[in-house]
Amino acid sequence: MNPAYSVILFTTTSGTGLGLLFLLGVLGPAGVLPLERGFGVAAFGVALAALSVGLLASTFHLGQPGRALMAFREWRSSWLSREGVAAVATYPATAFFAAGWVLQVDADGPWAAAGILTALLSFLTVYCTAMIYRSLGTIHQWCNGWVVPNYLALALMGGVLWLNALVALFDLARPGLSLGAATVAAAALALKLGYWRFIDTTHHRSTAESATGLGHLGKVRQIEAPHTNENYLLKEMGFRVARKHAVKLRRIAVAAAYVGPMALSFLAAAVPGVLGDLAAISAALLASLGLVVERWLFMAEARHVVTLYYGSDSA
Amino acid sequence: MTSLPTSTDKKLGLVIDLDTCVGCHACAVSCKQWNSGGLMAPLTDTNPYGADASGVWFNRVHTYEAVAENGGGDCASHTVHFPRSCLHCENAACVTVCPTGASYKRSEDGIVLIDEDRCIGCKLCSWACPYGAREFDSDQGVMKKCTLCIDRIYNENLEEVDRVPACVSTCPAGARHFGDLGDPNSAVSALVRERGGYDLMAEMDYAPVNKYLPPRQRKTTIAATGAPAELTPAPGSDQPFLRWLDKALSR
Repeated sequence: MNPAYSVILFTTTSGTGLGLLFLLGVLGPAGVLPLERGFGVAAFGVALAALSVGLLASTFHLGQPGRALMAFREWRSSWLSREGVAAVATYPATAFFAAGWVLQVDADGPWAAAGILTALLSFLTVYCTAMIYRSLGTIHQWCNGWVVPNYLALALMGGVLWLNALVALFDLARPGLSLGAATVAAAALALKLGYWRFIDTTHHRSTAESATGLGHLGKVRQIEAPHTNENYLLKEMGFRVARKHAVKLRRIAVAAAYVGPMALSFLAAAVPGVLGDLAAISAALLASLGLVVERWLFMAEARHVVTLYYGSDSA
Repeated sequence: MTSLPTSTDKKLGLVIDLDTCVGCHACAVSCKQWNSGGLMAPLTDTNPYGADASGVWFNRVHTYEAVAENGGGDCASHTVHFPRSCLHCENAACVTVCPTGASYKRSEDGIVLIDEDRCIGCKLCSWACPYGAREFDSDQGVMKKCTLCIDRIYNENLEEVDRVPACVSTCPAGARHFGDLGDPNSAVSALVRERGGYDLMAEMDYAPVNKYLPPRQRKTTIAATGAPAELTPAPGSDQPFLRWLDKALSR
C-alpha cells in the first residue's frame, strides 16, 4: 500500500498524544504522578497538541477536506467514523480532567472520574484506529491478530516515553517511570517482532487462481495488462517496498523506535541528574522518529489482493 | 446509512462469459463514453494525450494465460480475456467502511452507488474492495465506481432494448449479460446454472452478485466439432467443366 505521509503523521502523533492522555488519566487519579500545575499545563498541552496535529493531518489526504465533518455520521458500521467520534469525545473529558489538574490542582472525586473517562476514550480511539486496518480483509498484513496489540502498545510506549521526558524536564524525576518506559518498549518490540514473523511466514489465502476463477485450467499469469500506464489502483494498492530496503528499514525501526529508547530509559533510571533527564528526553524524541519509520513500513509492507489481478504471485 | 440492507428486492448484475470474450475492450470504451456524460460524469482523465496518461475507468480488461501444471496435452494453455468491474457484492465492505454514508447499497435492486456530494475522498472504500472496482478521481477529489448504468437501465427515454448497461449493449461477442440474479427464473440465472457461473474470490465472502462463466471445455478432436472425423477427397465428378478442370490442373 502507498504510505500516505498524512496518515503516518496522524497515526504516530495522535497515537502518542492519546497514550499520554491515557497515562495521565490513569496515573493522575492513582496518585503516582506529581499534581503540579506547570507540569500539568505542559503534559496536557503536549498531549492535546499531538492529538490535534494528528487529527488535522488526517484530513490532508482527503479529496474533499471541507467535508471532513461528515465523517462522524456512520459510526454504526465504519471504524473510521468511530475513530473520529472517539477522538473528538476525548476532548471534553480531557478538558474537564485538565481543568481539575491545572486550576484546582486536584485529581480526586469527579476529577478522578474525568481522568478515568479520558483514559477510556483515549484507549478507545487508538483501538478504533487499529481496527480500521484490522477489519480490512483485503490486506493480509493488516487483517490479523497482531495489529491491534501493536497499535495499543506503540501508543502506550509513545505516551510513557513522553511522560517520562516531561517529568524529567520538570525535574520531578521518578525512576519507576523510566523502568516502566523501558518495559513497555521491550513489550512493544516483542509484539512487533511477532508481527513481522507472522507477515513473513504467511500470506493471503486468495491467489491469482481464485481471483480469476481459472485455477482449474492451471497456473494463472497475466499476459496483458488492461492499461499501458499506472492507474489509481496500481499507485495506491500496488506500492511495494524493495525487499533489501525493507530489511534495512526494519533495522532502523528496531533501533530508533524500540531498542534505543529502551536503553536510554534504562540510563535515565540508573543515572540521576541532568544526564538522566537528557536520556529520558532523547528517548522520547528518538522514539517519535522511529515510530514514523515503523508506520511507513506498516503501510509499505502491506499487500492488497487487487494486485493478484495485476500479476502478483501472492498478497 | 452505510449499514447494508439485510436483503434486496432484486439482485441486478452482470454475467460475464469468459468463453466468448474476445478482449476487444469495447465494453471499457463504451462505459467510459457513456459515463463521461452520465451520472458519475465527468470521468476525469489526467494528461490524456501525454506520455503519462491516467484516468478513471469502470471496466478494465485483463488477459491471462492459464498453464496446466501436468502438461495438459491439447489443453496445455488457455488464453482468457477477463473484464473486471464492480460486482455489486451482497457483503460489500466498501459500503460499511464508509464514514460519511456516501457509499450505499440500494435495497430495491442491490446496486452499489456513491453519493458524490457526500464523499470526502478518504479512499478507504477502495482499500476495502478486493476487486479494484473503485477508482479515485483526483481531479474532483471523490471516489468513482460502476453504477450498473443506473441512468440507462431505468431510462424511459431510451428504447427498451437499450435499457441495459453500456458495456452489455456494446459487446460484439455477446459476452456480457444483464439481469436479475436474485430471480431464479431470469435468463441470467439460467445461464449461471447451465454454465457453472462462479464468484471471484469466493473465499473472501463478499458474495458478489456478478458471476463469471468459465471457458467451455476445449474441443480437441475433429469429431467433437461436429465435422466428419476424416476429410475424404471429392469423388470423380460427372460435370464436364469440373472434369476438364481436373485434367487441366493435373497436367
